[in-house]
Amino acid sequence: MIPITHAVALSGILFLLGTLGALTRRNLIVILMSIELMLNAVNLALIAFSRQWGNQAGQLFVLMVIVVAAAEVAVGLGIVLALFRNRESVNVEDASLLKW
Amino acid sequence: MTLWLFYFFAFVAIAGALGMLLNTRNTVAGALSLVATMCSLGAIYVQLDAYLIGALQIMVYAGAILVLFLFVVMLLNLRQDALPGARFAKPLLATLAAAALGAGFLTLLPGAFGPAAEIAEGFGGYRAVGAELFTDYVLAFEVTSLLLLSAMIGAVILAKRKIDG
Repeated sequence: MIPITHAVALSGILFLLGTLGALTRRNLIVILMSIELMLNAVNLALIAFSRQWGNQAGQLFVLMVIVVAAAEVAVGLGIVLALFRNRESVNVEDASLLKW
Repeated sequence: MTLWLFYFFAFVAIAGALGMLLNTRNTVAGALSLVATMCSLGAIYVQLDAYLIGALQIMVYAGAILVLFLFVVMLLNLRQDALPGARFAKPLLATLAAAALGAGFLTLLPGAFGPAAEIAEGFGGYRAVGAELFTDYVLAFEVTSLLLLSAMIGAVILAKRKIDG
């Protein structure tokens, strides 16, 4: 049996790495991948707590998160394609029209 | 033995995430190292008695979502200059924010949670999860279908060349 603390610590590390990727990288595809990594870290925490308290609801939440992530990736990559078609670039600094 | 397997998969997961994060030249390699992360997370889910979710993780994340990423990366045929190198815009600020987040995690993480609850036979299997999904959470499941439909329509419209073409 894995100590739940270790699983939650791993989840925190992965979430941290995802945050760093989303904040520092400028490639829109890599930013999307970092967001996927953050979602996965949250999933791991949910699964760990679901095992800790013997409650399956956490696993069902993870199921929903996976569905939302799939939908998000489909729409996000559609936006990336549209952006690349208009700007010939996937660099977020080239898409700063709405920037304050 | 189980604990060492967990450490191995955790190491692979972190290494894959770092590979995605630090690889600034080749997006395809970054996506492939994220596949390693997703697969080892699936293995960790199985170790935490989430058998169905572990299988779905590998099928949906490693199999579908990251293949979609690879398709788009290869479709765009990014030239070298379209991929900015290690040009971090506000590296100090981002690192500080991440460090604060990590410090918060470490402070909030208790040393131990106590013994894990006793679980029934078949916990996390397709039968138990499915029974709960289609009774208590059936509304959420049905709303999911609407979400997927709207995402599909949105993706098709976004990726079309012209709206009326």
